[in-house]
Amino acid sequence: MKLELREITKRFGDFTANDAISITVESGTVHALLGENGAGKSTLMNVLFGLYDADGGEILLDDEQVTFAGPGDAMAAGIGMVHQHFMLVPVFTVAENVMLGHEQVKGPAKLLDVDAAREKVRELSERFGFDIDPDALVENLSVGAQQRVEIIKALSRDAEVLILDEPTAVLTPQETDELLEIVRQLRDSGTAVVLITHKLREVKAVADTITVIRRGKVVGTAEPSASQEELASLMVGRDVSMTVTKGDAEVGGVMLEVMDLTVVDEDTQVTVLDTVSLDVRRGEILAVAGVQGNGQTELAEALLGVIKADSGSALLDGEELLGRSIRDNLDAGIGFVPEDRTEDGVVSAFTVANNLILDLYGHAPYSRRGAIDPKAVANHADEQVERFDVRTTSIESLTGALSGGNQQKVVLARELARDLKLLIASQPTRGLDVGSIEFVHKRIIEERDKGVAVLIVSSELDEVYALADRIAVMYHGRIVDIVEPDTDRDTLGLMMAGAHGAEEEAA
Amino acid sequence: MSTTAVDAPAAPGSSAPRGPQRTKSWRATIGLGVVALLSLLVFGLGTPTGVETTFRVATSTDFIQLPSLTVPAKAAAVTLSLLALALVGFVAYRANQYRKVGIWLPIVFGMAVMGALLTWAGADRSGTTIQLTGLLTSALFLSVPLVFGSLAGTLCERSGIINIAIEGQLLAGAFLAALIASMVGNAYVGLIAAPIAGALVGWLLAVFSTKYWVNQIVVGVVLNLLVLGLTSFFFSTLMSDNPELNQPLNMPDIAIPLLSGIPVIGPVLFDQNLLVYIMYAAVVVIQIMLFRSRWGLRVRAVGEHPKAADTVGIKVNRTRVRNTVLGGAVAGLGGAFFTVASGLAFGKDMSAGKGYIALAAMILGRWSPKGALAAALLFGFADALQQQLGIIGSDIPSQFLLMTPYLATIFAVAGLVGHSRPPAAEGTPYKK
Repeated sequence: MKLELREITKRFGDFTANDAISITVESGTVHALLGENGAGKSTLMNVLFGLYDADGGEILLDDEQVTFAGPGDAMAAGIGMVHQHFMLVPVFTVAENVMLGHEQVKGPAKLLDVDAAREKVRELSERFGFDIDPDALVENLSVGAQQRVEIIKALSRDAEVLILDEPTAVLTPQETDELLEIVRQLRDSGTAVVLITHKLREVKAVADTITVIRRGKVVGTAEPSASQEELASLMVGRDVSMTVTKGDAEVGGVMLEVMDLTVVDEDTQVTVLDTVSLDVRRGEILAVAGVQGNGQTELAEALLGVIKADSGSALLDGEELLGRSIRDNLDAGIGFVPEDRTEDGVVSAFTVANNLILDLYGHAPYSRRGAIDPKAVANHADEQVERFDVRTTSIESLTGALSGGNQQKVVLARELARDLKLLIASQPTRGLDVGSIEFVHKRIIEERDKGVAVLIVSSELDEVYALADRIAVMYHGRIVDIVEPDTDRDTLGLMMAGAHGAEEEAA
Repeated sequence: MSTTAVDAPAAPGSSAPRGPQRTKSWRATIGLGVVALLSLLVFGLGTPTGVETTFRVATSTDFIQLPSLTVPAKAAAVTLSLLALALVGFVAYRANQYRKVGIWLPIVFGMAVMGALLTWAGADRSGTTIQLTGLLTSALFLSVPLVFGSLAGTLCERSGIINIAIEGQLLAGAFLAALIASMVGNAYVGLIAAPIAGALVGWLLAVFSTKYWVNQIVVGVVLNLLVLGLTSFFFSTLMSDNPELNQPLNMPDIAIPLLSGIPVIGPVLFDQNLLVYIMYAAVVVIQIMLFRSRWGLRVRAVGEHPKAADTVGIKVNRTRVRNTVLGGAVAGLGGAFFTVASGLAFGKDMSAGKGYIALAAMILGRWSPKGALAAALLFGFADALQQQLGIIGSDIPSQFLLMTPYLATIFAVAGLVGHSRPPAAEGTPYKK
């Protein structure tokens, strides 16, 4: 089946998310849509899938114009989509999820034919070597397995065009390789695959055709043989350096020493951090790698005091951090960049200036005799906006109106304004464009070079490699091992899946 | 220079469940243990020695006349309390193995403790007997509005709409049933009118929740107040001016041949009026439909993950509106209990908080019809017990007796349910 999008335009108010985008996808090929976050890739696919109504343009299937009122129509026409955030009901079984929306019924009472759905899951699972139990509850499956359930779900509806929206964002490197293999299998069996991503490596690995989108427009097409640098500059619109230059670390004494830190989740009683021990020295970046949800978030939050530790200790320069208030820990010299910038990093409804003093409002010169001094606040804001190159119309703009990259700059500016001993940054560049990533990485390395101990939590291996002086890998709340930054991708990937790495003398 | 060796790779992304680390939960053991010990101390050891308690297990109209049961009070109360303690031991044993116990256990446990209570209350009262059959019959009857109410709540919440307006739906149903039945002069017509009133209230809740995204709890509370105000207004104007519009009409009990002849449970279960039989059918039908039909699967998907339902072509808000209207109709039908099914005329605020207890029954029943039935029966029993103890004149002050159903509610929800999981998308409007 041939899918063609002609001149698709989609606006949200004044903002044009898709500006006359045209692409053609042939069956038996992999078409990559490459673009940065916010470039309009997902919007385009949501238009195609009937989730959004287009403001202009047309969709053609095998040269015939079609209109989709909703996802049901798109699926009936043979278009399947694996969403970035899985569209699976966690408390349903695999079979129930797969049959949802096109259930078969049997008997005079028209009850669900679960056997037929199980059989379908088994058949597709065997065809692609997935090893999925139709009766497993989805919430008990690993992320990779859930993604395969999504693929089965699309294929069970006889999808001839399969859209994969940022499919590797949540996968380990090995799972990513497995997924790319599945994509090749699908292509060979005649499916047209649309791969939406901002990861150049994947595009180069499987794509037959590459369309690059920037700010809602098609800015060019490329061959998979193009170099990463070429693709990146097409995507960003200027030359970018893919690696941040970083000098050797001048490592000092131990600044943060964590011993047997254990945290049990209060609601679920699950041990989320299990006797974690590590240390970070002055002038060193320790990157905690791991698939999201393996305790990294809790590690960062427990150190600051956002969540309560059940046992263990964490010494900052010899001072115990656990059991103290967050305020005390901040004043002791911790800078904290939270994982979810819009939820925990900034107050969206506050101005940029106010966000910049969220941690300093109680100190002179920003407040005097219990009242905020607007002038000092404004001066501070001007200074920081200048220093961190925050692109905002004014320091009185609402922070929520800024782009993700600029919001992150506000968070960094605020946290780095104090004299730090330890910087904890979780997913510091999540959702940022290549240009902002470069900026954030440079700042973090600058801090390191000033002698600050830096703890980075990241699920992006590229980021881990770009920053780390040492790499700690976490799996199921435990530190699998702490290794050197020259450890190869495959080994790290295996460790992220829980395989224990042991130091061994080279023969 | 060292290299990193990797041994025993866990197959990444295999579909094997990740299995959260399990912890032992002693909550049920402690909760039930305290109750069992209290039962032993107060009812068992508190009963004077050498006296007897008489239970009447048959009514005069029964086909088979069973003799009354007379037991030595102290021995019986102690034995029943020890049985309860033994059950606690079993719970502890299972908890130690990380296992849960079946639904039968709380039921047997409850019966043992209630038995001890009744033995204690009826001890040494010559001439007074405990009417066991009567107690159970009234327990079932009093649970009718709770069953309908919690079925209504289950239908709405499974689709993601919080229905606090059960109270209002019951009251509206009671009102319209009385009004229409009085106009026509036939109690059964009330059973048709009642669901219409409830459905209207449900429809308002649905529209405000899905179309205008108003906080569902606020809308629910407001609707309860609205119905209370409206029905009270019509009661004191329309109905008091025209008494023929608000007559006590009766709906006779229908004894089912053969089944109603079974000793003890026959008259309890199968000699009731039509509304009770409709209730049996409603529980069975909704249970099967919700968990084994296409409709039910889609409803549950909408309540758990509306976006996922939307992406497979299920209309989320349409499903929610339909379910809320249906739920309102079910609760409205339950409202008929207060008027036409009890042979009473309508009175101000007749539902008297039953809608809120129904909500608790829904939670205790973990959002399933059969659970709702069990929980509603428990609350109905507490209510009936309170009445029975009042009649035989026990030593417990009447104010405490009136509290029994509510205490049962609090203990049941806090102690037995613990951490239960409501539908994930409950109370969240679906916006594209």
